[in-house]
Amino acid sequence: MPPDFEHPKPAASWETRAYWEGCGRHELVLQRCDDCGSVQHRPRAICASCLSSAVSHFVASGRGRVYTYTITRQNGVPPFRDALPYVLAYVDLEEGPRLMTNIVGCDPEEVSIGQEVVVDFQDVDASDLGEAGGSFAVPRFRPA
Amino acid sequence: MSLAGSIAIAGVHEHETRWAPDKTELQIMAESARGALADCGLGLGDVDGLFAASMSMGAMGTVSLSEYLNIKPRYLDGTNIGGSSFVAHVNHAAAAIHAGLCEVALVLYGSTAASNALAIGTGMGGGGRDPNGAFIGPYGMTTVGSYALVAQRHMHLYGTRSEQLAEISVAMRKHASLNPNAKMRKPISVDDVLESRMISDPLHLLDCCIISDGGGAVVVTSLERARDLAKAPVVLLGCGEAVAHQEIGSPDLLTLAAKQSGEHAFGMAGVSHDDVDFCTIYDSFTITVLATLENLGFCKPGEGGDFVSGGRIALGGALPVNPDGGGLSNNHPGMRGIFLVIEATRQLRGECGERQVQGASLGLAHGTGGTIGALHSGATLILGRD
Repeated sequence: MPPDFEHPKPAASWETRAYWEGCGRHELVLQRCDDCGSVQHRPRAICASCLSSAVSHFVASGRGRVYTYTITRQNGVPPFRDALPYVLAYVDLEEGPRLMTNIVGCDPEEVSIGQEVVVDFQDVDASDLGEAGGSFAVPRFRPA
Repeated sequence: MSLAGSIAIAGVHEHETRWAPDKTELQIMAESARGALADCGLGLGDVDGLFAASMSMGAMGTVSLSEYLNIKPRYLDGTNIGGSSFVAHVNHAAAAIHAGLCEVALVLYGSTAASNALAIGTGMGGGGRDPNGAFIGPYGMTTVGSYALVAQRHMHLYGTRSEQLAEISVAMRKHASLNPNAKMRKPISVDDVLESRMISDPLHLLDCCIISDGGGAVVVTSLERARDLAKAPVVLLGCGEAVAHQEIGSPDLLTLAAKQSGEHAFGMAGVSHDDVDFCTIYDSFTITVLATLENLGFCKPGEGGDFVSGGRIALGGALPVNPDGGGLSNNHPGMRGIFLVIEATRQLRGECGERQVQGASLGLAHGTGGTIGALHSGATLILGRD
């Protein structure tokens, strides 16, 4: 199994803070519009379906399936260059949204489209991010 | 008079350089401008519209470029939507000329991507301070990787094979072997592509475009004025632009911006796919060509693998693509869109020598900007003879 790597720290704004804080609690948080019911990812201050500002967060199951993936074998940028080969993927969540992520916890050659996966969080030190800092994590997925 | 059929490309120039450690980006743009203006017999004093973008131009970019060239255009457009920008600039220039806001538009690009050792495919990204980019940055998406996500999905859904993608590289290299200015001219085989090292599955090294220095220029004006200039006008018949992105978490990675921009361009031009004699398509990677051909409607979704096989997109085939050798073999100085317009124009003028598409009277240029596995733009032009 290739070495895991420390994900770069996600930059957060007040619009996306709830997502990263949710990850810090090891909860995958999505948005739903209180007015039209639309579920959206990535998080933002308005509903991109009806422009309502009444957007709430809910905790997703963290289960999904691989939509597509690639085994990255060349990347000159740290920390990724020290973690080759690693798997970049899109995962379809049970709740609908499709999100970009990494598949970890298995040999890259074992990943396949349609594979069932579950969320796996890596805590990141965000203590330098002021009030928002201290409890972020990056969501990745591993075979279910 | 409608825009379609009333605007023309009057002058073009592709900078000869592929390696220019002794030149600056602005210098390459200016030298390209000199070539394109000479091509049509105009001077710098005739230029009253300036359109440009580059890897380093930011805010004030076209203002600085105006100063470098010592011109005072009455219309400026620094639209930067990635590598497709220059195809879009031609569209925008046509609109501005049609509206009477300028008369002679100069579109410019220059780059020293290779001599600056920019690892565009596998050496950029990785985080940054943009909260909107934080949903990609932590995961190590390379440029190649983004396109590879699309290729993998296409193979899974439709059984597309690496051998079929390789046919695209082989055709581009064959074309480049006929282009004296091309950077990579030694013919390659399907096996050469398959045996080259894997960069991001399923894309091998030879599925990826090269990196070069270079630049180019295009002069756009009214068809009426172009008829009085040095070269036969190439007429804008249709155009379109589009974006494709994450769609609040439901991107269909196989639906490219090309679908929307292509439909618009074909509708405007009033021509059918069978009328098109050749295409210039941004070939950042082999999958880009295959997916773009499907989305433009030259074949159905899933049929791209068969479509590009058997030499169909090579010179002598039913639909030659990138007779200059494209970004896979001719040149790729970071943002390649301007060369799509330049080669389409040269083909329609019939001045391409050994790589000339016989009887070329209608061509389609399509640029992609950004990466198709995350978010991207598309711009389409349909061009014909006067």
